[in-house]
Amino acid sequence: MSFEFRAIYWREMVKFFRFKSVLFTSLIQPVMWLAFFGLAMSHSFDKITSLLPNVSGVPVVDYLSYMGAGIIAMDVLFSSLFGGTTLMFDKKFSLLRETLASPVPRFHIILGVGLSAMTKAFIQTFIIIGFGKLIGMDFFNGYTLAQTFIAMVGIILLVATFTLGFLFLSGSIAITIENPEGMQSILTLLSMPIFFISSALYPIDSFPNILQVISMFNPLTLLANGIRYFALGTNFSVMGNHYIYTTADIGLSFFGLIFFALSMLSIAMWRFNKVDI
Amino acid sequence: MTGNVIEVDNLEHSYGSVKAVDNISFTVKQGEIFSFLGPNGAGKSTVINILTTLKRIQKGEARVNGYDVAKESNSVRRSIGIVFQMLCIDHEMTVSENLEYHGKIYSMPKKERRERIEELLKLIDLESKRDTLAKNLSGGMKRRLELARGLMTKPAVLFLDEPTVGFDIQTRMRMWEYLREIKREGTTIFLTTHYMEEADQLSDRISIIDHGKIIVTGNSDELKNKLGKDLIYLETSDNKLAAEILRSLSSVKSITEDTKSLRVMIGEDVTHVLPQIMEKIQREGIDIIIVNIKKPSMDDVFVHYTGHGLREGDEIEKENGMEIEEVSK
Repeated sequence: MSFEFRAIYWREMVKFFRFKSVLFTSLIQPVMWLAFFGLAMSHSFDKITSLLPNVSGVPVVDYLSYMGAGIIAMDVLFSSLFGGTTLMFDKKFSLLRETLASPVPRFHIILGVGLSAMTKAFIQTFIIIGFGKLIGMDFFNGYTLAQTFIAMVGIILLVATFTLGFLFLSGSIAITIENPEGMQSILTLLSMPIFFISSALYPIDSFPNILQVISMFNPLTLLANGIRYFALGTNFSVMGNHYIYTTADIGLSFFGLIFFALSMLSIAMWRFNKVDI
Repeated sequence: MTGNVIEVDNLEHSYGSVKAVDNISFTVKQGEIFSFLGPNGAGKSTVINILTTLKRIQKGEARVNGYDVAKESNSVRRSIGIVFQMLCIDHEMTVSENLEYHGKIYSMPKKERRERIEELLKLIDLESKRDTLAKNLSGGMKRRLELARGLMTKPAVLFLDEPTVGFDIQTRMRMWEYLREIKREGTTIFLTTHYMEEADQLSDRISIIDHGKIIVTGNSDELKNKLGKDLIYLETSDNKLAAEILRSLSSVKSITEDTKSLRVMIGEDVTHVLPQIMEKIQREGIDIIIVNIKKPSMDDVFVHYTGHGLREGDEIEKENGMEIEEVSK
């Protein structure tokens, strides 16, 4: 077992903390989403849904808390999807040469970058949950300390798998594409359906059938649902809809995301082994 | 080990139908500076890329530090340091971080890493810049940083691909001093260059490479002496006729002729031969416009062996209208 991926990881993190402007914006962005979009949307949604009859006997979750899970998912999606861009610049400015010419296995390069994206995703997740609690998000309501801890571990694991999957995808694109503009437009194009055909911002129950089916295979739906399972509980109602998450559902989230991450890893390995200097 | 750090046998490499490296064999001895001198596109970088395992070997055999380039690429990689043709340091990291990263990807233990960084910063005179971001260094300093990085793992051989291309002469000469210092410390150096002076100044041995083939190998004096002891540069009113006349002289070893001038290689002391040559030419009614005597330079060696000059720039310019004739004695 060799540990060269730690060097790649170290380098990414040094640069992440070095450039305060990038660091600051990447941390402040999720807070802004939650503060502006979240509060505005939840107020208007809650106004409408207050007219709907509540599902009796089930705790009601307000839209802000429902969306909070989606904001975590979204934020992690964007940071990991764009996280591979670093590899494109490394390739473009021939920085990758040094590493490719070394005995470091190529898998370690992707893994190192993947782990750094994961760390950044964790930081963002903590910030959103912390800030969310501050503005009244009902995460972990009524949980004991132990339950909260387990719920956090669950969320962390989901976020980790999800981030690696999308980082591998974005790394594969980065290593294949030559110019930044091309990379940018592919990622934007990709992020649209992933983001909107998912349960990140709204329940998928009212989607047209075809979109509902697609959204069930969407990693972002799997992640958002999984976070809700851990943060909001297994049985609640939101916007007049009754939600029950079973163990099978959370199992599906985990296995779906693991399958996704492994598929993306194999694509990344294929692309990376093709890289010529 | 046979005392050879690099052994190459019948190496060939093609890009499509173009043969970039054509049946090359050579050895590099322990502790020497060995240069590949040739124009851009001659195949130098391809050879370096194969020896550093960045390109897969197509045909032939190559061993570096005793390891087979094809079969033991990881051992080869651990035995070498590379300074690439293109600058490739991380501008967003400091000088010492760049070195640190290199040590880490080669799994050097922390203590060894730190000690080596200190040694190298001293060697390349960048101690005061250790915490400077690489983007704030001058071009020459960046190159020195790359040099230090290449030496981080104490490699058996350091590969340098056009190490001083694009630098002014002061920077280049300074770089040469560092390379000599590195050699003194026992590191074998393999370098490619298209600067005659660089090959001449630094190398223990030089291979002139052109169109994928090694034309000749030797140390710089040997190469120059092969041409003759001295060289007379002549411009006359009728070069063709002058060349014909001179060819009949026993002291003339060879004549290189182009549209404008003649380069006459003399096998003996030129001071005795010159009056005779001038008299012979003038007797035929040819006017002598310019006469110049010099010792053969690497430039002359190159022109002599390849039939064309060495040009800086991105394209190989094949000199037309230049003929080489060797006078056999």
